[in-house]
Amino acid sequence: MKMNRRSFLGTASAAGASLAAPMAFAAGHGVPHVVVVGGGPGGATVARYIAKDSKGQIAVTLIEPTRAYYTCFFSNLYLGGFRDIGSLAHSYGNLAAEGINVVHDWAVDVDRDAKAVALAGGGSVPYDKLILSPGIDFVDGAVEGWNLSAQNAMPHAYKAGSQTELLRAQILAMPQGGTFAMVAPPNPFRCPPGPYERISMAAHLLKKENPTAKILIADPKESFSKQGLFEEGWNTHYAGMIERVGPDFGGANVSVDPDAMTISIDGDVNKVDVCNVIPAMKAGRIAQIAGVTEGNWAPVNAADMSSKMDADIYVLGDASHQGDMPKSGFSANSQAKVCANAVRGALTGSTVFPAKFSNTCWSLIDTNNGVKVGATYEATAEKIAKVDGFVSSTGESDALRKATYEESVGWYAGITADMFG
Amino acid sequence: MLRHLRFTVLAAFFAGSAVLAEDAGDVTRGEAIFRQCASCHQVGAGAKNRIGPQLNGVFGRQAGSLDDFPYSEGLVRAGVDGITWDLETLDVYLENPKSLVSKTRMNFRGLADPQDRADVIAYLRSFSASPANIPEAMPTAQGTDHDIDPAILAIVGDPEYGAYLAGECTTCHQADGGADGIPSITQWPAEDFVVAMHAYKRKLRTHPVMQMMAGRLSDEEIAALAAYFKDLE
Ligand SMILES: Cc1cc2nc3c(=O)[nH]c(=O)nc-3n(C[C@H](O)[C@H](O)[C@H](O)COP(=O)(O)OP(=O)(O)OC[C@H]3O[C@@H](n4cnc5c(N)ncnc54)[C@H](O)[C@@H]3O)c2cc1C
Repeated sequence: MKMNRRSFLGTASAAGASLAAPMAFAAGHGVPHVVVVGGGPGGATVARYIAKDSKGQIAVTLIEPTRAYYTCFFSNLYLGGFRDIGSLAHSYGNLAAEGINVVHDWAVDVDRDAKAVALAGGGSVPYDKLILSPGIDFVDGAVEGWNLSAQNAMPHAYKAGSQTELLRAQILAMPQGGTFAMVAPPNPFRCPPGPYERISMAAHLLKKENPTAKILIADPKESFSKQGLFEEGWNTHYAGMIERVGPDFGGANVSVDPDAMTISIDGDVNKVDVCNVIPAMKAGRIAQIAGVTEGNWAPVNAADMSSKMDADIYVLGDASHQGDMPKSGFSANSQAKVCANAVRGALTGSTVFPAKFSNTCWSLIDTNNGVKVGATYEATAEKIAKVDGFVSSTGESDALRKATYEESVGWYAGITADMFG
Repeated sequence: MLRHLRFTVLAAFFAGSAVLAEDAGDVTRGEAIFRQCASCHQVGAGAKNRIGPQLNGVFGRQAGSLDDFPYSEGLVRAGVDGITWDLETLDVYLENPKSLVSKTRMNFRGLADPQDRADVIAYLRSFSASPANIPEAMPTAQGTDHDIDPAILAIVGDPEYGAYLAGECTTCHQADGGADGIPSITQWPAEDFVVAMHAYKRKLRTHPVMQMMAGRLSDEEIAALAAYFKDLE
């Protein structure tokens, strides 16, 4: 099937497939032009679905600075030693071959009147419809004592790649009996179970390499995703290793000193060996520059993911404020398909089908011990609203936990093929 | 029992895994065990290709060689490379399909017990005499046993709507038919697809994600998905 599409699109998009020609398309060349900013689960998926389903009737440009996208999903499994880093990397080569104009650059400005996106490398790309899926940035000053220049001493590893490799190296270099600390983020943030899966994977690694090590979590939240499942797993597999300080005991009152490698929780100063700081988050900066944010996030209409501020701009994934869906790769991918269908309908008159969304997040607690949580959603006038959901239970059999883990491996293969072709 | 090795490429598999049961298999027991297979495979009078190929005359057949069944590339290649179904190859395949044909779409954990395999193989062999199809044999397949309203099965699905709805499926189920950890759903006969989805919707099949996904699909939407996936290559 891929071959057919490719040969079908071949001539129409010969110019589009070149990596270095951002000006190759200009609005008004006949076919409408969609520009997508960000090549993660939101952006890569929406670009791919619009290109393949419009069969040459819409020109698609994808602006993404990195040549290899490292998925955050499964990056915790890399920390735990279940994946190698290379298995998380995906190139945009297939998207280019499918006819998408892939431009490796940063979008630095959006001129909403002229309908054009300015690039860091100079030049601008005009659009008929602009789709922003820039993921997250961190809120300045969210954790006292930490800013991006401290991210080597105290990595966030919440954008995958070199940060994730650094964090793993630091965990492996811990002295025997040392302490790994995490500053967990306040809601809302990308991947609600992410920090706690990370704790599980760090514990798995330390249990093998450094069994007397300790893990300390400072958490501003009362409760967290799949808490019962994680706590059951931690008690069973990593007994005595993990301590979580919630808001009742000052988990929200935290500062760090990256030079001294200390973390202060409610005035109590701890010397630690690794400190994983995951600050509060906001929409990727380009959303704010485009003027489509309100507070930290970009509000959207649930039916098509269009911005509430500009009918020709859509915002997907983590950056959007949409309602009940968690900020996850699965959610971003799901939203992208609804958006692709709506954008195609708006530009070519193709049938627009009703919005349906879904999400499932798997987490790994220990070897062959997977759990999951998921839900389906629909568009209402106010928001994306939850319809139905499920979550794994405590006390499940080993066989079920193993099957759940294997399912997550299948999901990873499925979603990455869906995003990158 | 055949113990000599005919294909050098397979030597490693046989050396490592196949433990052939010593006794000839029990056909009656084999028939009972085959119920696990019957959700995808039919055998016996009138057997048709369903999710998996029909298995009449499977003994002596080159792997992946029925004209009218859309095999995975892996299985076709295995046949071209020299795999013919016989006692030994079936034994290895049934123990763990992916150990013999790594890219097979047959999503089956395998039968660990050598006696179980021997029994199923004995059962299959009873449909493989010459002539290959034995008209008087009992139809045994359970794959299409269901009580779905014929009106539901008669709905003609809209493949364009199916293509849109399929976006929800392909986040997990690979569109190219790959089946690691999550089964393949491409190229299913439409009826089997509809029956399976309604079984999730009615919570007869147990998987919680699928119960949830199917639970909110209308009869038309299920038909649309079936229409789309049946031709997806
Ligand atoms: C540790 C961890 C584990 C996770 N596990 C899971 C999981 O198991 N399952 C799951 O579903 N989700 C998981 N997630 C969440 C998931 O990674 C995110 O929700 C998802 O990546 C969001 O997709 P997105 O398209 O909104 O943004 P991103 O994936 O962040 O993609 C945004 C892209 O935009 C680019 N970009 C940003 N600004 C610009 C600009 N100005 N110009 C051009 N390009 C720009 C970036 O380079 C980036 O590639 C996890 C996250 C973390 C951190």
